[in-house]
Amino acid sequence: MADELVLLDFWHSPFAMRVRIALAEKGIEYESREEDLSNKSSLLLKMNPVYKQIPVLIHRGRPVCESLIIVEYIDEVWPHKSPLRLLPSSPYDKANAMFWADYVDKKIYPSGKLVWGATGEVQEAAKKEMIENLKELEGELGDKPYFGGESFGFTDVALIPFYTWFYALETCGDFSIIEECPKLVAWTKRCMQRESVSKSLPDQYKVYCFLMELKNKFEAK
Amino acid sequence: MAGEVVLLDFWASPFAMRAKLALSEKGIAYECKEQDLLNKGPLLLQANPVHKKIPVLIHNGRSICESLIIVRYIDEVWSHVSPLLPSDPYRRSQALFWADYVEKNIYDLGKRIYVVQEDQAEAKEKLIQCLKTLETELGDKLYFGGDGIGFVDVALLPFSTWFQTYETSGNFSIQESCPKLVAWVERCREKPSVSEALPHPQKIYDFYLLFKEALGVK
Repeated sequence: MADELVLLDFWHSPFAMRVRIALAEKGIEYESREEDLSNKSSLLLKMNPVYKQIPVLIHRGRPVCESLIIVEYIDEVWPHKSPLRLLPSSPYDKANAMFWADYVDKKIYPSGKLVWGATGEVQEAAKKEMIENLKELEGELGDKPYFGGESFGFTDVALIPFYTWFYALETCGDFSIIEECPKLVAWTKRCMQRESVSKSLPDQYKVYCFLMELKNKFEAK
Repeated sequence: MAGEVVLLDFWASPFAMRAKLALSEKGIAYECKEQDLLNKGPLLLQANPVHKKIPVLIHNGRSICESLIIVRYIDEVWSHVSPLLPSDPYRRSQALFWADYVEKNIYDLGKRIYVVQEDQAEAKEKLIQCLKTLETELGDKLYFGGDGIGFVDVALLPFSTWFQTYETSGNFSIQESCPKLVAWVERCREKPSVSEALPHPQKIYDFYLLFKEALGVK
Protein backbone atom coordinates (compact mmCIF):
# COMPACT_ATOMS: atom_id res chain seq x y z
CA MET A 1 0.00 0.00 0.00
CA ALA A 2 2.82 2.39 0.93
CA ASP A 3 4.40 2.20 -2.52
CA GLU A 4 1.18 3.54 -3.98
CA LEU A 5 1.47 6.79 -2.07
CA VAL A 6 4.33 9.27 -2.30
CA LEU A 7 4.47 12.75 -0.85
CA LEU A 8 6.87 15.24 -2.38
CA ASP A 9 7.63 17.12 0.76
CA PHE A 10 9.60 19.91 2.34
CA TRP A 11 9.94 19.75 6.07
CA HIS A 12 9.51 23.50 6.73
CA SER A 13 6.62 24.15 4.37
CA PRO A 14 3.34 24.86 6.22
CA PHE A 15 1.52 23.65 3.12
CA ALA A 16 3.30 20.29 3.19
CA MET A 17 2.57 20.08 6.94
CA ARG A 18 -1.16 20.18 6.15
CA VAL A 19 -0.83 17.05 4.05
CA ARG A 20 1.35 15.26 6.61
CA ILE A 21 -1.23 15.98 9.30
CA ALA A 22 -4.12 14.74 7.16
CA LEU A 23 -2.29 11.52 6.29
CA ALA A 24 -1.36 10.99 9.94
CA GLU A 25 -4.93 11.65 11.11
CA LYS A 26 -6.06 8.90 8.76
CA GLY A 27 -3.20 6.60 9.75
CA ILE A 28 -2.17 6.17 6.13
CA GLU A 29 1.26 4.89 5.23
CA TYR A 30 3.18 6.72 2.58
CA GLU A 31 6.64 7.41 1.32
CA SER A 32 7.89 10.90 2.01
CA ARG A 33 10.47 12.37 -0.34
CA GLU A 34 12.13 15.54 0.85
CA GLU A 35 12.71 17.94 -2.03
CA ASP A 36 15.64 20.28 -2.38
CA LEU A 37 13.76 23.38 -3.51
CA SER A 38 16.93 24.98 -4.89
CA ASN A 39 17.45 21.88 -7.04
CA LYS A 40 14.04 20.43 -7.83
CA SER A 41 13.84 16.77 -8.76
CA SER A 42 12.72 15.70 -12.21
CA LEU A 43 9.85 13.88 -10.48
CA LEU A 44 8.59 17.13 -8.95
CA LEU A 45 8.89 18.96 -12.25
CA LYS A 46 7.01 16.15 -13.99
CA MET A 47 4.30 15.82 -11.35
CA ASN A 48 3.69 19.53 -10.89
CA PRO A 49 4.68 21.16 -14.16
CA VAL A 50 2.40 24.15 -13.61
CA TYR A 51 3.78 25.40 -10.28
CA LYS A 52 6.83 23.15 -9.71
CA GLN A 53 5.96 23.35 -6.00
CA ILE A 54 5.52 21.01 -3.09
CA PRO A 55 3.47 19.46 -1.65
CA VAL A 56 2.49 16.95 -4.31
CA LEU A 57 0.70 13.75 -3.40
CA ILE A 58 1.31 10.99 -5.91
CA HIS A 59 -1.33 8.30 -5.61
CA ARG A 60 -0.99 5.27 -7.87
CA GLY A 61 1.26 7.35 -10.10
CA ARG A 62 -1.15 10.27 -10.43
CA PRO A 63 -0.35 13.65 -8.89
CA VAL A 64 -2.62 15.80 -6.76
CA CYS A 65 -1.36 19.35 -6.19
CA GLU A 66 -2.27 22.30 -3.94
CA SER A 67 -2.36 21.53 -0.22
CA LEU A 68 -6.06 22.07 0.49
CA ILE A 69 -7.05 20.13 -2.61
CA ILE A 70 -4.76 17.31 -1.45
CA VAL A 71 -6.29 17.31 2.06
CA GLU A 72 -9.77 17.11 0.59
CA TYR A 73 -8.67 14.29 -1.71
CA ILE A 74 -7.24 12.35 1.24
CA ASP A 75 -10.47 12.87 3.18
CA GLU A 76 -12.52 11.46 0.30
CA VAL A 77 -10.37 8.56 -0.77
CA TRP A 78 -9.89 7.25 2.76
CA PRO A 79 -13.18 8.04 4.51
CA HIS A 80 -13.17 4.74 6.32
CA LYS A 81 -9.72 5.22 7.74
CA SER A 82 -10.77 7.33 10.65
CA PRO A 83 -13.79 7.81 12.88
CA LEU A 84 -13.89 11.41 11.80
CA ARG A 85 -14.08 13.12 8.46
CA LEU A 86 -12.02 16.27 8.15
CA LEU A 87 -14.69 17.99 6.09
CA PRO A 88 -18.27 18.19 7.40
CA SER A 89 -20.91 16.43 5.35
CA SER A 90 -23.51 19.20 5.39
CA PRO A 91 -23.01 21.56 2.43
CA TYR A 92 -23.31 24.67 4.60
CA ASP A 93 -20.82 23.49 7.23
CA LYS A 94 -18.47 22.34 4.49
CA ALA A 95 -18.69 25.74 2.80
CA ASN A 96 -17.91 27.39 6.13
CA ALA A 97 -14.88 25.15 6.74
CA MET A 98 -13.60 25.94 3.25
CA PHE A 99 -14.20 29.64 3.71
CA TRP A 100 -11.97 29.77 6.78
CA ALA A 101 -9.27 27.56 5.23
CA ASP A 102 -9.30 29.96 2.28
CA TYR A 103 -9.04 32.85 4.79
CA VAL A 104 -5.80 31.34 6.11
CA ASP A 105 -4.39 31.27 2.58
CA LYS A 106 -5.59 34.76 1.67
CA LYS A 107 -4.67 36.49 4.94
CA ILE A 108 -2.39 34.62 7.35
CA TYR A 109 0.18 33.43 4.83
CA PRO A 110 0.73 36.77 3.02
CA SER A 111 0.78 38.97 6.12
CA GLY A 112 2.84 36.44 8.08
CA LYS A 113 5.48 36.41 5.36
CA LEU A 114 5.83 40.17 5.63
CA VAL A 115 6.05 40.10 9.42
CA TRP A 116 9.10 37.81 9.43
CA GLY A 117 10.35 38.78 5.97
CA ALA A 118 10.03 42.55 5.72
CA THR A 119 11.19 45.53 7.74
CA GLY A 120 10.11 49.07 8.55
CA GLU A 121 6.69 50.35 7.55
CA VAL A 122 5.81 47.31 5.46
CA GLN A 123 6.49 45.07 8.43
CA GLU A 124 4.53 47.31 10.82
CA ALA A 125 1.49 47.34 8.55
CA ALA A 126 1.71 43.57 8.12
CA LYS A 127 1.94 43.08 11.87
CA LYS A 128 -1.25 45.10 12.47
CA GLU A 129 -3.00 43.16 9.73
CA MET A 130 -1.76 39.81 11.12
CA ILE A 131 -3.01 40.58 14.62
CA GLU A 132 -6.41 41.56 13.21
CA ASN A 133 -6.51 38.37 11.19
CA LEU A 134 -5.59 36.18 14.15
CA LYS A 135 -8.28 37.88 16.22
CA GLU A 136 -10.80 37.30 13.46
CA LEU A 137 -9.90 33.61 13.47
CA GLU A 138 -10.17 33.57 17.24
CA GLY A 139 -13.65 35.02 16.86
CA GLU A 140 -14.61 32.23 14.49
CA LEU A 141 -13.21 29.62 16.90
CA GLY A 142 -15.31 31.04 19.72
CA ASP A 143 -15.73 28.57 22.56
CA LYS A 144 -15.37 25.50 20.35
CA PRO A 145 -12.44 23.17 21.07
CA TYR A 146 -11.60 23.13 17.35
CA PHE A 147 -12.64 25.12 14.29
CA GLY A 148 -14.34 21.89 13.25
CA GLY A 149 -16.41 21.95 16.44
CA GLU A 150 -15.98 18.99 18.74
CA SER A 151 -13.70 17.33 16.19
CA PHE A 152 -10.43 18.36 14.65
CA GLY A 153 -11.24 19.29 11.05
CA PHE A 154 -10.34 20.90 7.77
CA THR A 155 -9.86 24.46 9.01
CA ASP A 156 -7.74 23.21 11.93
CA VAL A 157 -5.52 21.33 9.45
CA ALA A 158 -5.28 24.45 7.27
CA LEU A 159 -4.24 26.76 10.10
CA ILE A 160 -2.19 24.76 12.62
CA PRO A 161 0.99 24.58 10.49
CA PHE A 162 1.32 28.33 10.87
CA TYR A 163 1.83 27.72 14.57
CA THR A 164 5.39 26.84 13.54
CA TRP A 165 5.77 30.48 12.50
CA PHE A 166 4.79 31.89 15.91
CA TYR A 167 8.31 32.26 17.34
CA ALA A 168 9.48 33.93 14.10
CA LEU A 169 6.44 36.23 14.02
CA GLU A 170 6.81 37.28 17.66
CA THR A 171 10.57 37.77 17.46
CA CYS A 172 10.58 39.68 14.18
CA GLY A 173 7.36 41.55 14.88
CA ASP A 174 8.06 42.17 18.55
CA PHE A 175 4.67 41.24 19.89
CA SER A 176 3.10 38.44 21.90
CA ILE A 177 0.53 36.21 20.25
CA ILE A 178 -0.67 34.80 23.57
CA GLU A 179 -1.37 38.33 24.80
CA GLU A 180 -3.29 39.25 21.67
CA CYS A 181 -5.06 35.92 21.12
CA PRO A 182 -5.05 33.72 24.23
CA LYS A 183 -7.89 31.49 23.01
CA LEU A 184 -6.15 30.85 19.73
CA VAL A 185 -2.96 29.90 21.56
CA ALA A 186 -4.99 27.52 23.75
CA TRP A 187 -6.30 25.98 20.53
CA THR A 188 -2.74 25.49 19.24
CA LYS A 189 -1.80 23.65 22.44
CA ARG A 190 -4.87 21.47 22.09
CA CYS A 191 -3.91 20.61 18.50
CA MET A 192 -0.32 19.88 19.48
CA GLN A 193 -1.59 17.21 21.86
CA ARG A 194 -2.64 15.25 18.80
CA GLU A 195 0.12 12.97 17.61
CA SER A 196 -0.77 13.64 13.98
CA VAL A 197 0.08 17.30 14.58
CA SER A 198 3.06 17.07 16.95
CA LYS A 199 4.82 14.56 14.70
CA SER A 200 4.15 16.59 11.55
CA LEU A 201 5.37 19.98 12.71
CA PRO A 202 8.99 21.05 13.04
CA ASP A 203 10.22 22.92 16.10
CA GLN A 204 9.41 26.66 16.07
CA TYR A 205 12.96 27.76 16.73
CA LYS A 206 14.29 25.65 13.86
CA VAL A 207 11.65 27.16 11.60
CA TYR A 208 12.72 30.62 12.77
CA CYS A 209 16.34 29.88 11.81
CA PHE A 210 15.23 28.55 8.44
CA LEU A 211 13.04 31.59 7.74
CA MET A 212 15.87 33.97 8.71
CA GLU A 213 18.16 32.15 6.29
CA LEU A 214 15.54 32.60 3.57
CA LYS A 215 15.18 36.27 4.48
CA ASN A 216 18.95 36.80 4.26
CA LYS A 217 19.17 35.02 0.92
CA PHE A 218 16.35 37.18 -0.41
CA GLU A 219 17.88 40.40 0.87
CA ALA A 220 21.25 39.44 -0.60
CA LYS A 221 19.75 39.34 -4.12
CA MET B 1 -35.25 21.78 -0.74
CA ALA B 2 -35.10 25.00 -2.68
CA GLY B 3 -35.92 27.46 0.04
CA GLU B 4 -35.20 31.09 -0.47
CA VAL B 5 -32.18 31.86 -2.64
CA VAL B 6 -30.79 35.38 -2.81
CA LEU B 7 -27.64 36.48 -4.59
CA LEU B 8 -25.87 39.68 -3.59
CA ASP B 9 -24.55 40.67 -6.96
CA PHE B 10 -22.68 43.16 -9.05
CA TRP B 11 -23.49 42.64 -12.71
CA ALA B 12 -19.96 43.22 -14.07
CA SER B 13 -18.16 41.05 -11.52
CA PRO B 14 -16.77 37.84 -13.02
CA PHE B 15 -16.95 36.31 -9.54
CA ALA B 16 -20.67 37.01 -9.24
CA MET B 17 -21.15 35.65 -12.76
CA ARG B 18 -19.80 32.30 -11.59
CA ALA B 19 -22.63 32.03 -9.08
CA LYS B 20 -25.19 33.07 -11.69
CA LEU B 21 -23.86 30.52 -14.17
CA ALA B 22 -24.14 27.73 -11.60
CA LEU B 23 -27.67 28.78 -10.62
CA SER B 24 -28.65 29.06 -14.27
CA GLU B 25 -27.16 25.67 -15.21
CA LYS B 26 -29.18 24.08 -12.44
CA GLY B 27 -32.35 25.99 -13.27
CA ILE B 28 -32.59 27.43 -9.77
CA ALA B 29 -34.87 30.40 -9.18
CA TYR B 30 -33.28 33.16 -7.16
CA GLU B 31 -33.57 36.79 -6.28
CA CYS B 32 -30.75 38.95 -7.51
CA LYS B 33 -29.89 41.98 -5.37
CA GLU B 34 -27.52 44.34 -7.12
CA GLN B 35 -25.11 45.96 -4.67
CA ASP B 36 -23.57 49.42 -4.74
CA LEU B 37 -19.90 48.62 -4.26
CA LEU B 38 -18.88 52.22 -3.70
CA ASN B 39 -21.41 52.54 -0.91
CA LYS B 40 -21.85 49.12 0.63
CA GLY B 41 -25.19 48.55 2.29
CA PRO B 42 -25.98 46.89 5.64
CA LEU B 43 -27.21 43.70 3.96
CA LEU B 44 -23.85 43.07 2.31
CA LEU B 45 -21.85 44.06 5.37
CA GLN B 46 -23.92 41.75 7.51
CA ALA B 47 -23.83 38.87 5.04
CA ASN B 48 -20.07 39.08 4.46
CA PRO B 49 -18.56 40.84 7.46
CA VAL B 50 -15.10 39.32 6.85
CA HIS B 51 -14.42 40.38 3.26
CA LYS B 52 -17.37 42.73 2.61
CA LYS B 53 -17.44 41.56 -1.01
CA ILE B 54 -19.87 40.17 -3.52
CA PRO B 55 -20.94 37.62 -4.50
CA VAL B 56 -22.74 36.32 -1.45
CA LEU B 57 -25.32 33.58 -1.72
CA ILE B 58 -27.97 33.71 0.95
CA HIS B 59 -29.83 30.42 1.18
CA ASN B 60 -32.54 29.99 3.77
CA GLY B 61 -31.13 33.00 5.57
CA ARG B 62 -27.53 31.74 5.79
CA SER B 63 -24.74 33.31 3.79
CA ILE B 64 -22.09 31.57 1.74
CA CYS B 65 -19.16 33.66 0.52
CA GLU B 66 -16.31 33.31 -2.00
CA SER B 67 -17.42 32.52 -5.53
CA LEU B 68 -15.90 29.06 -5.97
CA ILE B 69 -17.14 27.99 -2.54
CA ILE B 70 -20.60 29.27 -3.54
CA VAL B 71 -20.48 27.26 -6.78
CA ARG B 72 -19.50 24.13 -4.83
CA TYR B 73 -22.30 24.74 -2.35
CA ILE B 74 -24.84 25.11 -5.17
CA ASP B 75 -23.48 21.94 -6.77
CA GLU B 76 -23.92 19.98 -3.55
CA VAL B 77 -27.33 21.24 -2.49
CA TRP B 78 -28.78 20.79 -5.98
CA SER B 79 -26.74 17.71 -6.75
CA HIS B 80 -29.48 15.94 -8.67
CA VAL B 81 -29.33 18.25 -11.66
CA SER B 82 -26.41 19.17 -13.99
CA PRO B 83 -23.54 18.19 -11.67
CA LEU B 84 -20.59 20.54 -12.07
CA LEU B 85 -17.91 18.59 -10.21
CA PRO B 86 -17.06 14.95 -11.02
CA SER B 87 -17.91 12.40 -8.34
CA ASP B 88 -14.61 10.57 -8.74
CA PRO B 89 -12.16 12.03 -6.17
CA TYR B 90 -9.20 12.14 -8.54
CA ARG B 91 -11.07 13.81 -11.37
CA ARG B 92 -12.58 16.18 -8.85
CA SER B 93 -9.12 17.12 -7.57
CA GLN B 94 -8.09 17.94 -11.14
CA ALA B 95 -11.15 20.15 -11.69
CA LEU B 96 -10.48 21.93 -8.39
CA PHE B 97 -6.83 22.41 -9.40
CA TRP B 98 -7.70 24.09 -12.68
CA ALA B 99 -10.40 26.29 -11.16
CA ASP B 100 -7.82 27.32 -8.57
CA TYR B 101 -5.36 28.04 -11.41
CA VAL B 102 -7.91 30.41 -12.95
CA GLU B 103 -8.38 31.96 -9.51
CA LYS B 104 -4.67 32.52 -8.97
CA ASN B 105 -4.01 34.14 -12.34
CA ILE B 106 -6.71 35.52 -14.59
CA TYR B 107 -8.26 38.32 -12.55
CA ASP B 108 -4.96 39.82 -11.40
CA LEU B 109 -3.34 39.65 -14.83
CA GLY B 110 -6.44 41.11 -16.46
CA LYS B 111 -6.47 43.98 -14.00
CA ARG B 112 -2.81 44.72 -14.65
CA ILE B 113 -3.74 45.06 -18.31
CA TYR B 114 -6.77 47.36 -18.06
CA VAL B 115 -5.36 49.42 -15.21
CA VAL B 116 -2.57 50.32 -17.69
CA GLN B 117 0.65 50.50 -15.67
CA GLU B 118 4.32 50.01 -16.59
CA ASP B 119 4.08 46.24 -16.35
CA GLN B 120 1.22 45.94 -18.85
CA ALA B 121 3.41 44.23 -21.44
CA GLU B 122 4.51 41.59 -18.96
CA ALA B 123 0.93 41.07 -17.80
CA LYS B 124 -0.24 40.58 -21.39
CA GLU B 125 2.41 37.97 -22.02
CA LYS B 126 1.58 36.12 -18.82
CA LEU B 127 -2.16 36.24 -19.51
CA ILE B 128 -1.66 34.71 -22.94
CA GLN B 129 0.57 32.03 -21.42
CA CYS B 130 -2.11 31.20 -18.83
CA LEU B 131 -4.86 31.10 -21.43
CA LYS B 132 -2.70 28.82 -23.60
CA THR B 133 -2.12 26.53 -20.63
CA LEU B 134 -5.87 26.39 -20.10
CA GLU B 135 -6.38 25.78 -23.80
CA THR B 136 -4.03 22.78 -23.56
CA GLU B 137 -5.99 21.49 -20.59
CA LEU B 138 -9.22 21.84 -22.58
CA GLY B 139 -7.65 19.83 -25.41
CA ASP B 140 -10.22 18.34 -27.75
CA LYS B 141 -13.01 18.32 -25.22
CA LEU B 142 -16.11 20.37 -25.91
CA TYR B 143 -15.98 21.78 -22.40
CA PHE B 144 -13.52 21.57 -19.52
CA GLY B 145 -16.17 19.42 -17.86
CA GLY B 146 -16.17 16.99 -20.80
CA ASP B 147 -19.46 16.71 -22.63
CA GLY B 148 -21.16 19.26 -20.46
CA ILE B 149 -20.37 22.45 -18.60
CA GLY B 150 -18.38 21.76 -15.45
CA PHE B 151 -16.69 23.47 -12.55
CA VAL B 152 -13.71 24.78 -14.53
CA ASP B 153 -15.99 26.13 -17.27
CA VAL B 154 -17.96 28.02 -14.62
CA ALA B 155 -14.74 29.31 -13.04
CA LEU B 156 -13.27 30.64 -16.29
CA LEU B 157 -16.17 31.61 -18.54
CA PRO B 158 -17.03 34.89 -16.76
CA PHE B 159 -13.60 36.28 -17.58
CA SER B 160 -14.42 35.92 -21.27
CA THR B 161 -16.85 38.81 -20.83
CA TRP B 162 -13.77 40.89 -19.98
CA PHE B 163 -11.66 39.70 -22.95
CA GLN B 164 -12.71 42.60 -25.16
CA THR B 165 -11.71 44.99 -22.38
CA TYR B 166 -8.31 43.33 -21.93
CA GLU B 167 -7.72 43.28 -25.69
CA THR B 168 -8.74 46.86 -26.34
CA SER B 169 -6.89 48.41 -23.40
CA GLY B 170 -3.87 46.18 -24.03
CA ASN B 171 -3.99 46.34 -27.82
CA PHE B 172 -3.69 42.62 -28.47
CA SER B 173 -5.82 39.73 -29.67
CA ILE B 174 -6.76 36.73 -27.56
CA GLN B 175 -8.38 35.11 -30.61
CA GLU B 176 -5.02 35.10 -32.40
CA SER B 177 -3.12 33.39 -29.58
CA CYS B 178 -5.87 31.12 -28.29
CA PRO B 179 -8.35 30.32 -31.05
CA LYS B 180 -9.52 27.08 -29.43
CA LEU B 181 -10.30 28.85 -26.19
CA VAL B 182 -12.28 31.52 -28.00
CA ALA B 183 -14.15 28.74 -29.82
CA TRP B 184 -14.94 27.23 -26.42
CA VAL B 185 -16.33 30.59 -25.25
CA GLU B 186 -18.58 30.78 -28.30
CA ARG B 187 -19.70 27.21 -27.82
CA CYS B 188 -20.65 27.93 -24.22
CA ARG B 189 -22.48 31.14 -25.11
CA GLU B 190 -24.73 29.15 -27.48
CA LYS B 191 -26.28 27.54 -24.45
CA PRO B 192 -29.28 29.53 -23.16
CA SER B 193 -28.24 28.87 -19.55
CA VAL B 194 -24.95 30.66 -20.26
CA SER B 195 -26.17 33.52 -22.45
CA GLU B 196 -28.81 34.33 -19.82
CA ALA B 197 -26.24 34.48 -17.04
CA LEU B 198 -23.45 36.42 -18.75
CA PRO B 199 -23.45 40.04 -19.94
CA HIS B 200 -22.22 40.88 -23.42
CA PRO B 201 -18.50 41.82 -23.60
CA GLN B 202 -19.44 45.17 -25.19
CA LYS B 203 -21.45 46.07 -22.08
CA ILE B 204 -18.46 45.22 -19.89
CA TYR B 205 -16.23 47.40 -22.06
CA ASP B 206 -18.72 50.29 -21.90
CA PHE B 207 -18.79 49.88 -18.12
CA TYR B 208 -14.98 49.93 -18.03
CA LEU B 209 -14.90 53.19 -20.00
CA LEU B 210 -17.47 54.81 -17.71
CA PHE B 211 -15.87 53.72 -14.48
CA LYS B 212 -12.16 53.93 -15.33
CA GLU B 213 -11.50 56.17 -12.40
CA ALA B 214 -13.27 54.06 -9.80
CA LEU B 215 -11.51 50.97 -11.15
CA GLY B 216 -8.10 52.61 -10.69
CA VAL B 217 -7.23 53.30 -14.32
CA LYS B 218 -5.08 56.36 -14.87
